[in-house]
Formats: sequence, structure tokens, C-alpha cells
Amino acid sequence: MEIVVLLKQVPSTESDIAIAEDRVSINQDEIKWVINPYDEFAVEEALRIKESHGGSVIILSVGPERTVDAIRSALALGADSGLLIKAENCDGLQTAKLLAAALKAVPFDLIIAGQRAVDDDQYFTGPAVAELLKIPIISMVTKENIEDRTIRCHRSIEGGTAVLEAPMPMLFTTQRGLNEPRYASLPGIMKAKKKPLDIKTPRDLNIDISSGENTSDKILALHLPPARKAGRIIEGDSASEKAAELVRLLNEDAKVL
Amino acid sequence: MTGDVLAVSEFSQGVFRKVTYECLSLGRRMADAQGVDLTLAVIANGAALSVEDLKDVGADRVLMVSPENFHPVLTDRHTDILASIIGKTCPSTIIMGATVIGKELAARLAARLNAPLGMDCTSVDIREDILTATRPIYGGRVLADISLNGSPRILAIRPNAFAVSAIKGRGEIEKMDIVSDTGSLSFIDKTVESDKIELTEADIVVSGGRGMGGSDYSMLEALAELLGGAVGASRSAVDEGWRPYSEQVGQTGKVVSPNLYIACGISGAIQHLAGMSSSRVIVAVNKDPDAPIFSKADYGIVGNLSEIVPLIAEEIRKRQKE
Repeated sequence: MEIVVLLKQVPSTESDIAIAEDRVSINQDEIKWVINPYDEFAVEEALRIKESHGGSVIILSVGPERTVDAIRSALALGADSGLLIKAENCDGLQTAKLLAAALKAVPFDLIIAGQRAVDDDQYFTGPAVAELLKIPIISMVTKENIEDRTIRCHRSIEGGTAVLEAPMPMLFTTQRGLNEPRYASLPGIMKAKKKPLDIKTPRDLNIDISSGENTSDKILALHLPPARKAGRIIEGDSASEKAAELVRLLNEDAKVL
Repeated sequence: MTGDVLAVSEFSQGVFRKVTYECLSLGRRMADAQGVDLTLAVIANGAALSVEDLKDVGADRVLMVSPENFHPVLTDRHTDILASIIGKTCPSTIIMGATVIGKELAARLAARLNAPLGMDCTSVDIREDILTATRPIYGGRVLADISLNGSPRILAIRPNAFAVSAIKGRGEIEKMDIVSDTGSLSFIDKTVESDKIELTEADIVVSGGRGMGGSDYSMLEALAELLGGAVGASRSAVDEGWRPYSEQVGQTGKVVSPNLYIACGISGAIQHLAGMSSSRVIVAVNKDPDAPIFSKADYGIVGNLSEIVPLIAEEIRKRQKE
């Protein structure tokens, strides 16, 4: 079973996110870079499938040079090799095109991607790559089972779960609850240093990413949401007094009840 | 037809989702600004919809497509049908709800058509033909204003973020025949907790965190039921196994924007705030007076939630009787 995991390096959710001086990007000075949390589920599921069915796990990523750290972390968990397509400031479609181009040279049975990246929240890469490769996709998977060349997935839908089947090769994206990602072991970290990690450029894939050109959704400006001001702590002599005052305020002041 | 605004509908249990009316309201505003028509595309299984259901959608035209054995969750066939409709009608703008399925359809269509996409937009500005949309990034900690250049362009709007304007009447209903493959996905089963209100669409959310001390959320469920709302949970509560992942509110869970968010026993970590800070009114109940959530809440009560929450419910019941 040849499995490819699409991985993105993103700022950790603990990082302080501040807008840079150019007003169209984020200040990167204090950022701690990590594997996108939803991609951690993807790596973990790929490793479990490899443990059950044999085969190998390739980590595929688009990003600047520092992304190799994230790929190495995935190799330390047990993935077999990595490929970085070195490119920066690509929009969703450009990223998907680079990944699809790289995947044309990689035989795969399964591609696993995070449902979204927690920086851009686009939910775009998985579905777009599946479209470009013309393979089936199931999003937001919470459970999967492979038998012969068919995969059966439980996936989130509004207010519930649907169970679907697809033939392989196919792509699925992860949902929280799919698995509990493992931690890297010291032997794993040591082995990772020797695992193959290639770096390619868009030109190597015959794709032209001229910055600014052909970007169809362009960021005009970044701004912070209106700051919420602290409200009031409701005082009272007893719990029931406070509760009554709250309900009164919600009804008369805030008018939400 | 060419250059029109196309709104795409979505159903839940035989009726349009609220977000469909939000799409129609935005679509009406856009169509009027550009001097074009608003079309509503409805893909419904066989005879699932009656003409009555389409009474007040405010579109100039309704396109009905009725494929046999249609399951919206089989997104390959769903995408093919939408792509065919778009191919036949050549709209300038496509508006759909950024629901669980809507997000996937929007992404696939954008890739297939090479179309600019505003995913999960919370506001849209249209001046003549220049379209600017605003979408949250970093879990809502930053807002990005984007321009969508190209035709068609796709707007997937966040449910509950756009107002529904009073819509009356509609134009002609046209049946459109679309021949589509069955696709390679197969539908096996579906379970929907139909008595639960979907978190991302709820007007009121009652949420519990580590301070709940365990998986018994019955007092929150009772309060939510009283208010016609949904129950949410913080990441701590979900990580402890007290509540399912589908209830998690936060940067790595669901982002909600209800009118009222009541946070019980939730300290207010940045990642949780990212999931609910666009709520209209926030109430916090916590026994720790220094909990960060109080600095973001409109109203706070410092106290024991197992005492306070039932008292709030009682107070509401009293008022409801009056």
C-alpha cells in the first residue's frame, strides 16, 4: 500500500499572531512552526494503515525551506521518505497544482490530507488535488477501513455521520476523532535523519509560479476583528439573585432572550 | 442567464437550510447591484420538493434538477451536476453555504473551473463589478479582505454570518435535465441526530469546559433545550472524552457565531475564543474570578456553575410562564 500524506507547516496555535507592516501578511518573528494539527491525524492514519497492510508512507509538502523540519518530524514518527516542493506565497490553486504535478510521478494507492490548514482555514487542498488528479475523495473522515481495493469511511455531515465507500486509488481528508497521533521516539528521531528527503522546485515540475501572477484570490488587507471589551461581572447577595439579574439583562439590555 | 448570480440551495430533512435564505439574500443584493438576475439552483431527489416549498425564495428564476437516487453527500456526482448547471447558465457569481458538504463542493468547483473562491466568507462588498469579501483566518484571530477576480467567482458563505432579508415571491420554475454519471462513491448509511440543533447554525449555544468536572452535561442540555439552542464543549472536555468531537468549539474544532454564547466552566484559552468570539453576546460562568474568559464576556458570574446554571434555567422558565 503506497500512501502519500499531504503535509503543511503552520504556526502553532499557541503563537502570537500579529499583522506584519506590509498589512497583507503575518509577522513571522515569534512564530513556532509545527505540523498542521489535521495533518498529524493524516500521518498517524497513514502509519496505522502501513502497519496493517504493509507498504510505505511518503510525506509531500509545498512550502519554504523551513518546511523540511516538519517533514523530518513526520519521518521521525515512522514515515519512510519526504518530498518538499520549495515554493512560497502560493495561493490554494497553485499549491494544489504543484502537489498534483508531483503526484504524477509518485505511484500511490491512497492520499491522506488534513481537512484544512489552521492558518488559512481554506479547506481547499484535499478536494482540489483530488479534482486535478481525477480521483475519488471523501472529506472529514472519522473512521476508515480498507478491504481489497475498497475503502469504507465514516465521515462528518451536519449533525451526524455518513458511511461511504470508494474504490482506490483515492484521497480522504481527516477529521478530529480519527485517531490519537503518536509521539516520536528517540530511535525514531535518530532514524529520521537518514531517511530520504528530496527538494524540488516548481520549475522541476514544469509549473510556472510567478509571484502575483494568476492569483485569483488576492489578499488586499489583513485586519484584526473588533476587540471585545470586557463586560460586567454581575454582583448579588446570592446565586439566585445573580442568576435573576443575568436573565433580566439578557432580556432587557442585550435583547437576546 | 449569462452573467447572472447563481445561488445554490441545500436541504436538511426536506426543508431548505437557513443558509440557503442567507445565500438568496446576498444574491439578491449582488444581482441588484450589478443589474442582473438571481437564479436559484435546486437539486432535489425526484419529487422531494413541492412548488409550495419554493414560494418565497425571491429569485428571478428557479432551476429544478431532479436526479434519480441523489444523495448530496456523494459529492462526486453532486459536483458534476453543479458543474453542468454552471456550464449551461454561465453565471458571473456562484453563492453557496460553507456547510460541511458546501465547503467541499465549492473547493472542487473552484479547482475544476479555475475559478476564484472566497471560502467561509463573513461579509461581502460589491461595488459595480468589483467584489471584495472578508474571511476569517487563523481560526478567526485575523480577518482577510480578498478580491475575487475572474468569472465565474465562487462565494462560500459562513452560515449565520449574513442577514436574511424579507424575501417574497419568486419567478418561474424551470426544470433542467442534467445527465450525470453515478460517480464512484457509494452510499452505505447515514445517522443524523435529528433532535440536536447543529452547532454552527444555532442562535444560542450553551457550552461546557473543564469546570464541568465530568461528562454529565445534563444541566447544560436542559438549559439549551429551554432556549432552543445547541450544546458545545471546550477542547479540554473533548480531550477528556466527556463530549464528542462534533461538539468542540475552538480553533481546531467548530467556529460558531450565535446570538448568545454561554460559557460554563471554560477558562477562555485563545484557541477557544477563536471559535466563539464573533458571538453577539457572551456570558461566562466560572468559579475563578481571574479566568481570561471574563475579559471577553459581556456578562459574567463568578460562582459555582452547578449552582448557577440551574438557577438561570429556573429564572428563564419563570419568565416564559409570564
